[in-house]
Amino acid sequence: MTKKKFTVGDVIFWIILIIVSITCLFPFVHVFSVSISDEAYVIANKVILLPKGLNLSAYQKIFADSSIIRSMLITVLITVAFTVIGMFLTISAAYALSRKELKGGKFMTFLIMFTMYFAAGTIPDYLLMNNLHMLDTVWCLILPLCFAPYNLLIMKTNFSASIPDSLVEAAVMDGAGHFRILRSIVVPLSKPIIATIALFYAVGRWNAYQDALFYIKQRADLKPLQLKLYNLVVSAQESFQAEGGNVGVLTNPEVLKAACVIFATVPIIIVYPFVQKYFVQGTMVGGVKG
Amino acid sequence: MRNKSNKGKSVGIKPKTSTRRYLKKTWQLYALMLLPMIFLIVFKFLPYYGLTIAFKNYKVAKGITGSEWVGLDIFTKIFGKRDFWPAVKNTILLNVLDLIFSFPMPIILALILNEIRTKWFKKVTQTLMYLPHFLSWVIIAALGYQLFSVSSGVVNILIEHMGASPIPFLQEDAWWLVTYVLIGVWQSMGWGTIIYLAAITAVNPELYEAAHIDGANRWKRCLHVTIPCIRSTIVILLIMNLGKMMQGSFERVMALSNAKATEFTTTIPVLVYRWGIENGKFSEATALGLFQSVIGLILVLAADKVAKKIGEEGLL
Repeated sequence: MTKKKFTVGDVIFWIILIIVSITCLFPFVHVFSVSISDEAYVIANKVILLPKGLNLSAYQKIFADSSIIRSMLITVLITVAFTVIGMFLTISAAYALSRKELKGGKFMTFLIMFTMYFAAGTIPDYLLMNNLHMLDTVWCLILPLCFAPYNLLIMKTNFSASIPDSLVEAAVMDGAGHFRILRSIVVPLSKPIIATIALFYAVGRWNAYQDALFYIKQRADLKPLQLKLYNLVVSAQESFQAEGGNVGVLTNPEVLKAACVIFATVPIIIVYPFVQKYFVQGTMVGGVKG
Repeated sequence: MRNKSNKGKSVGIKPKTSTRRYLKKTWQLYALMLLPMIFLIVFKFLPYYGLTIAFKNYKVAKGITGSEWVGLDIFTKIFGKRDFWPAVKNTILLNVLDLIFSFPMPIILALILNEIRTKWFKKVTQTLMYLPHFLSWVIIAALGYQLFSVSSGVVNILIEHMGASPIPFLQEDAWWLVTYVLIGVWQSMGWGTIIYLAAITAVNPELYEAAHIDGANRWKRCLHVTIPCIRSTIVILLIMNLGKMMQGSFERVMALSNAKATEFTTTIPVLVYRWGIENGKFSEATALGLFQSVIGLILVLAADKVAKKIGEEGLL
């Protein structure tokens, strides 16, 4: 097994993987090139891989559109609040449910799982948001989803498996309360899973637009970035509103759309290399129960 | 893990410990559950009450409680609607196509990745393949519209360079279906390998050594060692996917749908959105959603039963 000959099979496998990788990378390279190219070349369909005639006016236009910048800020705010509240709820519940002393823990776990497999659905959720007067507020994008049963179950399983019972029992024997055990023993010992679940929450919130599409109707200033992008680029219900007219004339929407896509993708691409490892771990912890 | 004497001790003490002492020791656990339970009740259980409007003639002015009961009238009404059966058909069709094309790809890629011995190459390709999983459907759709545009999309520019006529990837029903499925394959193929790679790592290396000694080549080792060893992972994922046949990815369909190709874009979740949120027909939309989730639940329970029957862990 120590032979390192490079066989025909290896060559074929390398070629397949290179092609697959290129399909994953090329769209970004191309759209990025379009976004910084001179639009004359874009209109002439000359931009394939590399940018031609460097021109950043599409980005100037985006940064001049205060509604897009606002969407970005709102999204950051919502994502942070969502992740913090979600993690607080998830860690608390996961620890409590992982302790056998908690009576009715099995029943509560069942209730939580039940909502995973039989949710009330779009309209009942919408009516609830309406009755709670949360439509067109940031709260409808934070509160309903921030208690995620799936994340909770992963974390609970992880706590049960990785925190030795004897450790908690010894701490109880020494007179420590569960708040303190959670804070000074369980949380420090579970940093990897906590990072993983926090990232599940953050990336999930960042990428979702369905709830915003349902719940944000009148308050255009509360639209998160993904919904904004959906309206601008995909469904073309909105147009760019440049403020300050001296940003150069752009007649081709393709360049502007490309710049918009890159603008919305860059945050994910930046965090992606750091996040990836935790996501892989989390997926394996979740096992096939995903 | 606890030994017998320890266990005996705690049992011995139990009769003397009062409820008070138990609570003194554990009240903080209940306190930790308080807020999560409030969230569960308010945001997951309260909506169940809204499901009653599937059996009522819901009027916004009268509210959920005040609207009158109509039995199963709403259901007979929606079954007769023009959009209903196409939506059911489309939901299942899109899922079946995903199952046929998206499901096998991660298995193939994982088997190939497993054969790669050059570490850096494996790492780089994995990093690139996982990337689409982290993008929102809006961004994926936006990329799709850019790349597949008939007049200016780079894919069609290349096709024209080769002398063929441009393809309306997202503008014509049949091509839309192809593109929808391909984009799904692209988005999920890399990420899906993780579970299979984990399963492959768990294969006992002695099996490979034995196969090697028996003179099995790479292909035979893959066929007779790796695949049988990950078979149970494949089967359980397959069964779970079958359990999801009635679900639909609202965000994916919605982001990729456009005015030019509409035949396959009406799925159940999209129809719920159109009836309920866009047109205010709340009773009909709720009934449709309930129809979907009941069948979905039955399928999931059936999938779980089957998984357990063949000796797998199941999901419940």
